[in-house]
Amino acid sequence: MKLAYWMYAGPAHIGTLRVASSFKNVHAIMHAPLGDDYFNVMRSMLERERNFTPVTASIVDRNVLARGSQEKVVDNITRKDKEETPDLIVLTPTCTSSILQEDLHNFVERAKIEAKADVILADVNHYRVNELQAADRTLHQIVQYYIEKARKRGELPQSKTEKPSVNIIGISTLGFHNQHDCTELKRLMADLGIEVNAVIPEGASVHELKNLPRAWFNLVPYRELGLMAANYLEQEFGTPYINITPMGVVETARCIRKIQQVINEQGANVDYEDFINEQTLHVSQAAWFSRSIDCQNLTGKKAVVFGDNTHAAAITKILAREMGIHVVWAGTYCKYDADWFREQVSEYCDEVIITDDHGAIGDAIARVEPSAIFGTQMERHVGKRLNIPCGVIAAPIHVQNFPIGYKPFLGYEGTNQITDLIYNSFTLGMEDHLLEIFGGHDTKEVITKGISAESDLNWTKDGLAELNKIPGFVRGKVKRNTEKFARERGIKDITTEVLYAAKEAVGA
Amino acid sequence: MTVAQPEALNFECETGNYHTFCPISCVAWLYQKIEDSFFLVIGTKTCGYFLQNAMGVMIFAEPRYAMAELEEGDISAQLNDYDELKRLCLQIKRDRNPSVIVWIGTCTTEIIKMDLEGLAPKLESEIGIPIVVARANGLDYAFTQGEDTVLAAMAARCPDKAPVVEADKNERNAIQKLLNFGKKKEEVAQEETEYVNHPPLVLFGSLPDPVVTQLTLELKKQGIKVSGWLPAKRFTELPVIEEGYYVAGVNPFLSRTATTLMRRRKCKLIGAPFPIGADGTRAWIEKICSVFGITPKGLEEREAQIWQSLEEYIKLIRGKSVFFMGDNLLEVSLARFLVRCGMIVQEIGIPYMDKRYQAAELALLEKTCQEMGAPIPKIIEKPDNYNQIQRIYELQPDLVITGMAHANPLEARGINTKWSVEFTFAQIHGFTNARDILELVTRPLRRNNNLKDLGWEKLVKEEAKI
Repeated sequence: MKLAYWMYAGPAHIGTLRVASSFKNVHAIMHAPLGDDYFNVMRSMLERERNFTPVTASIVDRNVLARGSQEKVVDNITRKDKEETPDLIVLTPTCTSSILQEDLHNFVERAKIEAKADVILADVNHYRVNELQAADRTLHQIVQYYIEKARKRGELPQSKTEKPSVNIIGISTLGFHNQHDCTELKRLMADLGIEVNAVIPEGASVHELKNLPRAWFNLVPYRELGLMAANYLEQEFGTPYINITPMGVVETARCIRKIQQVINEQGANVDYEDFINEQTLHVSQAAWFSRSIDCQNLTGKKAVVFGDNTHAAAITKILAREMGIHVVWAGTYCKYDADWFREQVSEYCDEVIITDDHGAIGDAIARVEPSAIFGTQMERHVGKRLNIPCGVIAAPIHVQNFPIGYKPFLGYEGTNQITDLIYNSFTLGMEDHLLEIFGGHDTKEVITKGISAESDLNWTKDGLAELNKIPGFVRGKVKRNTEKFARERGIKDITTEVLYAAKEAVGA
Repeated sequence: MTVAQPEALNFECETGNYHTFCPISCVAWLYQKIEDSFFLVIGTKTCGYFLQNAMGVMIFAEPRYAMAELEEGDISAQLNDYDELKRLCLQIKRDRNPSVIVWIGTCTTEIIKMDLEGLAPKLESEIGIPIVVARANGLDYAFTQGEDTVLAAMAARCPDKAPVVEADKNERNAIQKLLNFGKKKEEVAQEETEYVNHPPLVLFGSLPDPVVTQLTLELKKQGIKVSGWLPAKRFTELPVIEEGYYVAGVNPFLSRTATTLMRRRKCKLIGAPFPIGADGTRAWIEKICSVFGITPKGLEEREAQIWQSLEEYIKLIRGKSVFFMGDNLLEVSLARFLVRCGMIVQEIGIPYMDKRYQAAELALLEKTCQEMGAPIPKIIEKPDNYNQIQRIYELQPDLVITGMAHANPLEARGINTKWSVEFTFAQIHGFTNARDILELVTRPLRRNNNLKDLGWEKLVKEEAKI
């Protein structure tokens, strides 16, 4: 047992559901007790999704414990098959259902007989993998299933596309800025003259999966999701993949050069150097920013970075290599892939921290007192407590990290966005600091004094105690309205009862 | 007038495929209510992930709750449950020093049959902190029922004897006396005379402190003294419950607690409608008064006055229809209040319906429908969300009260929704807070009035169904 109340990566089934519900017309059925369908709430709230999340639960309750859930699961699969006519139903175990040790494989086989849809069982161990690993596996599993199905039917396409083309692998629902990144990557590919053969899983139909081998290469922008599928496609079809995250000016250039090499090896004849040069010097503002006086002022300032592998590594490199900021430590919660992270960032920071214990991270922040933090929502709150500004760069995230405006982290527009994020974090910190030195321009105190000096009213002890129970952010309003109410009625002493009478009368 | 047989309430039961919060969510409000408690949820990552996301910003405020996250070794019994729990509880004792640790059993502890009730007394005597066990799991319960399981367990911990009489108390409780120095004895005696002589009454149900004060004052106006409240602000202040005490519930989801108080503590349950809405509050007080043989004073005027102050909200909803998908067991009381406001309730979905505990509330619903000339709604227990959505498409209600999983998709289809969970966390009890209920209910309709000329109701493309 482990004492914990915060986790950076969710349980395995969340990963499976993220992949399944990213596809078009794929339905996931969770084998889970009541209340475990919290995924739907997250998707509906965070992504502000207009459509119903294609995830339902086959509820595990007492009856199931007594009789087994075979009938129920099979019924639920066939029912969903009729109601929604999905292409694929993914039966998703949860940590509760996995200890029941029922033969879910068998249920899937049974359901397949009746259902028109394909049915598969997500193959993840809830006690060994987390959300990110499970997402990677599920994507691999679905890709493999449809490649093999097409192969059996002889429907696999035999040739590559005529022009250089790419599959973008790993864009998914509830991923950090994934939608914007996807748009930016498509734009980048168009600029490079590369056709996008497929984007998976987001918005893809499972019927498209058989066409994956037609691409010249696969691009896996995120370290956490898509590598297993890309590896599989390389083994099966020899399709090379590129897993350089185009985040930051230098890494974007490196990714594009790699693309150039990969497609030239297959007979294309492209030279992207001029493009890279033009974008770097004149389109993206990030390189110019590095030269500007603003950035000069940041030189040697201390920062810490924490997040998933992809974002923490890329941001660390940007801070150190492109802006001259002193990264005291960089860390990741992807413990299962820690070696990769170490290798990526060791030369750009003093210390590498690998942990999924938010307490340890909080302590490490307090210890070094950086000028800015780049982390998850948890680090943002640590920053609040310590009065250090924080830019959010990775999941876990809240609804404000699903902006409506166009905010990619990848590609050349991404470099602009990241520059703003970093610069704004630091200047806010500076501004706070200056205000403190010069005594601030806060007038709150004076206003309260002005009002209370004029007050001819007396708050009784119980009235005041009751007032203090009211949440701070509305207390002032309630106080004003109650006093107004009391004054209008000539009440001198404000008691608890007067407070609530005022609430009833004016909705104070 | 025709003497038509009044239509009776109609109960149905569906498949139970519906969305609700896991009952462990009760720790979110209970740890805040019981200030010296610590809630330890013994479960998996899934439970932790739910709490982390459902509680939003609360998580960052160093809450007095934590997960005892089960690992593979715990599941396969390679690790000893008792030793593991002891290690964690000692850590909690060291860091937080709570007056009680509440263990929340989850689906996983049920399935692996971890004997929490058996382990607790042993560990309790070893570490010297009371350990209360509540099985608030998703196998058996929905959302607010979590509180019910915790309070039922707490009921067993209430002291069963009032502190010994004044005389010898004086000697022992010197400190208490010292603390009481401001309060003269006559003052206390005088206060007592404000109350009618009636047997002790203990109320049960966790409410925010301001609401506790409001309801207590409301009963005081009738000369009724509230001897205690389950739960109190602190675990160490749990009320005395002796055999023969009267108890009354303030929330509709507390049936286990009520049963426990009746059977184990030999209390008399006052079965009343719940004090939600002006009508419910009046009926609640009237019922308590009638049990104690008190004629209520000024209640009718008080209710009328509240209704009058609500008129501007009621104007917005009168004649409009509402559909409860059902997820928190407040549905019957809210539906009854909204019928009284002039709304037409099309369906009351509810996770679980205890017809005995809710009897008075159901009777009031029926009566209200007849008096308002409103159709009597169907009550659907264990609803099926998919079927409900088909019915919503058909009925096109003016308002759907539903969970967050369905709210945005319904809005995108031009159907107004109100997020049901807000009713659990907002202050909705008593005369004072009737306005807050309507503030919530009318919000989507007021939003519509603001946006009505824009032609932006349906924001999804019609899909051609094959």
